[in-house]
Amino acid sequence: MRREGSPWQGLGVVLLKELTDHLTSARMRVLEWLVVLTALAAVYAAITQIRDVTAQDPFLFLRLFTTARDPLPSFVSFIGFLAPLMAIGLGFDSINSEHNRRTLSRILSQPIYRDALLFGKFLAGLGVLAISLVALWLLVIGLGLITLGVPPGGEEIARALLFLLVTIIYAGVWLALAMLLSVIFRSAATAALVTLGLWLFLTVIWPALAPAIAQAFVSPDDQVLQITLGQDLARLSPSTLFGETVLAILHPTTRTLGPVYLDQLQGAIMGAPLSLSESIMVAWPQIVGMIAVSILLFVAGYVVFQRQEVRA
Amino acid sequence: MSETVIEATGLTKRYGAAAAVDGVSFSIAPGEIFGLLGPNGAGKTTTILMLLGLTEISDGEARVLGHDPVREPLAVKRRVGYLPDAVGFYDNLSAADNLHYTGRLMGYGSVERKTRIADALERVGLSAVAEKKVKTFSHGMKQRLGLAEILMKDARVAILDEPTNGLDPQASVELLELIRTLKASGVSILLSSHLLDRVQSVCDRVALFSAGKIALMGTVAELGRQVLGGGYAVEVEADAGDGVALRLGAIPGVRGVRETAPGRVRLLCDRDVRPEAAAAVVSAGGRLKQLALDEPSLETIYTRYFQSAEEEARNAA
Repeated sequence: MRREGSPWQGLGVVLLKELTDHLTSARMRVLEWLVVLTALAAVYAAITQIRDVTAQDPFLFLRLFTTARDPLPSFVSFIGFLAPLMAIGLGFDSINSEHNRRTLSRILSQPIYRDALLFGKFLAGLGVLAISLVALWLLVIGLGLITLGVPPGGEEIARALLFLLVTIIYAGVWLALAMLLSVIFRSAATAALVTLGLWLFLTVIWPALAPAIAQAFVSPDDQVLQITLGQDLARLSPSTLFGETVLAILHPTTRTLGPVYLDQLQGAIMGAPLSLSESIMVAWPQIVGMIAVSILLFVAGYVVFQRQEVRA
Repeated sequence: MSETVIEATGLTKRYGAAAAVDGVSFSIAPGEIFGLLGPNGAGKTTTILMLLGLTEISDGEARVLGHDPVREPLAVKRRVGYLPDAVGFYDNLSAADNLHYTGRLMGYGSVERKTRIADALERVGLSAVAEKKVKTFSHGMKQRLGLAEILMKDARVAILDEPTNGLDPQASVELLELIRTLKASGVSILLSSHLLDRVQSVCDRVALFSAGKIALMGTVAELGRQVLGGGYAVEVEADAGDGVALRLGAIPGVRGVRETAPGRVRLLCDRDVRPEAAAAVVSAGGRLKQLALDEPSLETIYTRYFQSAEEEARNAA
């Protein structure tokens, strides 16, 4: 049952077309402004706060990402909101708009497989997200250099780069989800609403709900089980995974993301930073989890799309 | 190459227990215009999608230019041009840019694309608006742009789904004319429609679809003979003359004579009997006022066929 030809035929063409569409669209203008404003707000908040507390912090530059000043959130939490919203904004109408414009059957009657169309669209979305996030990251670093006047160390740059990579992966999760729902729902408005609803649920409600569920099902005597179960449940949400990963990467003193037992603290020097590779080890399950989720969501979208009727 | 361009044998598409297309077989010869006709929902579009490999075939087999659309969809799609029902284009791109995208998907280089696109737009009369955005186009212009895409691909087979649907009479006449020129350049055409009379004029052969099956297939004249008894009807209007009706009835090939009004006779016959009819009237001493030939219309064939099918069903019940 082998089919003839490569599933990637036409992938580059679709990718370029979608990239061009995205980059020339009104959405991109909005994204650009969001990027600039986010960078300015985050750096302003962080700088004023850092100046106040200036300490002998060996990772001063990373504070740029994580310091918040009321009422503004930190850059990291900004990104935690912005990246999913950007991804959903780029992906929610990727397939159903082809249906609604009645271009789908015409494009699929060209010598390409559906694989190329779906994957090309995903890669184009991811490319646009990567471009925006890299621009944002560079803006923050640049503004930080100017205002702080302290050059970042090698490890700080490595950690900041890793943070950028993780953010792109995190955005990829939401892009894959948005594309899956754009395959399932014929109406773009429905797809957008459902994706946003899921995002709201997984980001805001679920992390609060998970411990409550654990409490409801585990007897209060078994505190450890209660905490770990609550945490495991919360980790079903990609935003929890992202938050934990960022914590481990940008706060080098983070030793574990779960509960700490007393015997584990034996011999530990409190407040001593971990090396980069050790920090990565701490967050590795979370990083792999995010990659896995985005692959799973993409595969689900792929399967549904392959079985879908092309007729309008 | 093979003798037939498209060959379908026992093509079946099931959705659950219901069969949308049920054991359809037909073949299309090179350079032929073949019409799939029938009401909406009769399975025409599903049949077309199966031929293009855009939907799975539940049962049966299809061959397009000798390729199997299930196993070798790319080979089929490279050689076949498809104009979907109410075709859509990217509104924010110009006509030429839309074709450039298709051309890139076909794998043409940029120089080749430019000449092919200019040529195709010229042939469908859209050169003047090549750089205009498609959102300014009328429905008829989009259909023509769809034909331009087929021309650009240099397709050997064109599959047109409801090409005249939703077009005003002027635009659909123009489109049918374009389809004729397409045929003249050696392209085989499969077109589907529920507008019987419009399509009758361009089709060499037709298949009438009904509830997923082909009810009738052949040239329009053959179908007329099959369903209406006589393939032709000749209207004779003449002033008196004795026994005109009798003499007309004696002409070989006439199957029936019916007087529709005083001095007006309708002949049902197997062939065009106008010369003999004129001679008969004159030799009977009558004065011929009018002589008209009604070619069988698909509309009549279609309604008559389904009327009789319904009656049979009722009688059987």
